[in-house]
Amino acid sequence: MSSRVESLVASGHVAEIATAVRGGQVRAREVVECYLDRIAKHDGTLGCYLRVDADGARRRGDGVDAALASGATVGPLAGVPIGIKDIFCTEGIETTCASKILKGFIPPYESTVTARLSAAGAIGLGKLNMDEFAMGSSNENSAFGPVRNPWDPARVPGGSSGGSAAAVAAGLCAASLGTDTGGSIRQPAALCGVTGVKATYGRVSRWGVIAFASSLDHPGPFGRTIRDAAWMLSAIAGYDPNDSTSIAAPVGNYVQACAGGVSGLRVGVPEEYFSVGLEPEIESAVRAAVETIRQAGATVVPVSLPHTRYAVAAYYLISTAEAASNLARYDGIRYGHRATNVGSLEELYARTRGEGFGSEPKRRIMLGTYVLRSGYYDAYYGKAQRVRRLITNDFQAAFADCDVIATPTSPISAFKIGEKISDPLALYLADVYTVGPSLAGLPALSQPCGFSSAGLPIGWQLIAPPLGEETLFRVGGAYEAATSWHQRRPRALFGTEVVA
Amino acid sequence: MSRITIKEVEELATLSRLQLEGDEAERMRGELEAVLSYIDAIQALDTTGVEPLTHAVGFPCPLREDELEPSLPIEAVLANAPRKDDRFFEVPRIVPKSDGRTEKTGGTR
Repeated sequence: MSSRVESLVASGHVAEIATAVRGGQVRAREVVECYLDRIAKHDGTLGCYLRVDADGARRRGDGVDAALASGATVGPLAGVPIGIKDIFCTEGIETTCASKILKGFIPPYESTVTARLSAAGAIGLGKLNMDEFAMGSSNENSAFGPVRNPWDPARVPGGSSGGSAAAVAAGLCAASLGTDTGGSIRQPAALCGVTGVKATYGRVSRWGVIAFASSLDHPGPFGRTIRDAAWMLSAIAGYDPNDSTSIAAPVGNYVQACAGGVSGLRVGVPEEYFSVGLEPEIESAVRAAVETIRQAGATVVPVSLPHTRYAVAAYYLISTAEAASNLARYDGIRYGHRATNVGSLEELYARTRGEGFGSEPKRRIMLGTYVLRSGYYDAYYGKAQRVRRLITNDFQAAFADCDVIATPTSPISAFKIGEKISDPLALYLADVYTVGPSLAGLPALSQPCGFSSAGLPIGWQLIAPPLGEETLFRVGGAYEAATSWHQRRPRALFGTEVVA
Repeated sequence: MSRITIKEVEELATLSRLQLEGDEAERMRGELEAVLSYIDAIQALDTTGVEPLTHAVGFPCPLREDELEPSLPIEAVLANAPRKDDRFFEVPRIVPKSDGRTEKTGGTR
């Protein structure tokens, strides 16, 4: 393995890898081999991948090299190895959503997002671990074992896209795909020290993404840096006729926006997001990040989001109701697990689902069924939809006074595996800062903004109005230019603490 | 007094088509109770006159011509079925046999 390839992989930047492959400095196949070596060496401990598609990745790497040798034009991500959360349907490659109920499911079609990445030349290395059906914030709910945080393997990586965040942080792929329903991209990005982006609801297609809560599900990318995330989002964003909630508006220039600067931008800081339960080290890191952006030319204004305290309740009412109906499709008949030795059709359903689902999906299906029951519907689901309007109105009012809102991503840094597993409610409450933008469908990202005294990553969250992705990238780009948190690496996995 | 009884948990499990085993129902009762108690705080908020929000981001949904488009071949659709017969998904007998019994199988015809 040439040291050129190894140093490319250690920095792991999407654009640099693509440029080096296109320019002939390295072969795509060499880059793929280097990532496969790293996976073989480190993933036994970390558990990021549920499935590594080594043969497929080598074949696609050779394909990129052959195309370049023949003088053909290749896509902007040609030769960039990526990891894919196991919630995206990949044609011919087992897709389980980390659930026993989908074990052995081989999708007959490809999700729009993974198809677009392939068309851009990206090379899928395999399918990444996650909380079962994307339900959880610690990745401990996977039916196939937990993912460990690359910064401290005794701790969780966050969730539900825990494998996607940890794989990027550990250098087991250059970038990855996740999904965010109530924070499932942003929170693990914060806990693993990488950048994760959830675009405006409808900006990235949900076609071929296994449904959890359809009005809240947002696919999106993880990268080491803001630019890596911008390259990935550019490849996947845009109208898709196969998704009825897809937005038919032009896609912005996210990569260019990273260098756009923050001069004239107004950054809103909502005091409701700096409340009880926020770790003091996280609060000071986020306030320092706001100050850095002010010094880079932005103005800082206080804003208020008064209904924040109701966001978690509204989120769990709406998301469990939608999950209960979405997960009704797992009936043991068309795909996935099927109970044996049953008498009636009703028994087949109940046994199949009882055996196939883990505790968290069961809990959420039951809760969703409870809140949708006749007689309770208006008191719970209807009420939550009204609160959702009030929360959305809060953001709209705040954006009259600012262009972007800055908050912590998670009130807590990575916790020990097993520490919170017995108290589901405590974990739900940790979603307090991410569920608001989810309910309002707003673009939001999490970016590294420091480390705790225990050496654990801290992330800050940036939120913009609908289709304001470019504003997020301007702020994120200016912040990265002024800081070096994104260059930190877990020493055990890279042999060094800083990579330029 | 607990707000959710074991009987209610069992009803919910039936509605949800979930067979619970061992102490699952009792565990679920406690967990649902804790979550619902928290969620109830939302009832204190006055939402009189507030329209429910179903679509967070209000962009128009483009319409297309109602034209026939290709779909998956039947073999691809059936490929993942745990039990199938010819071009059909197999389910347990729904109409009882003339003697009123249903057989205990994985669902043959």
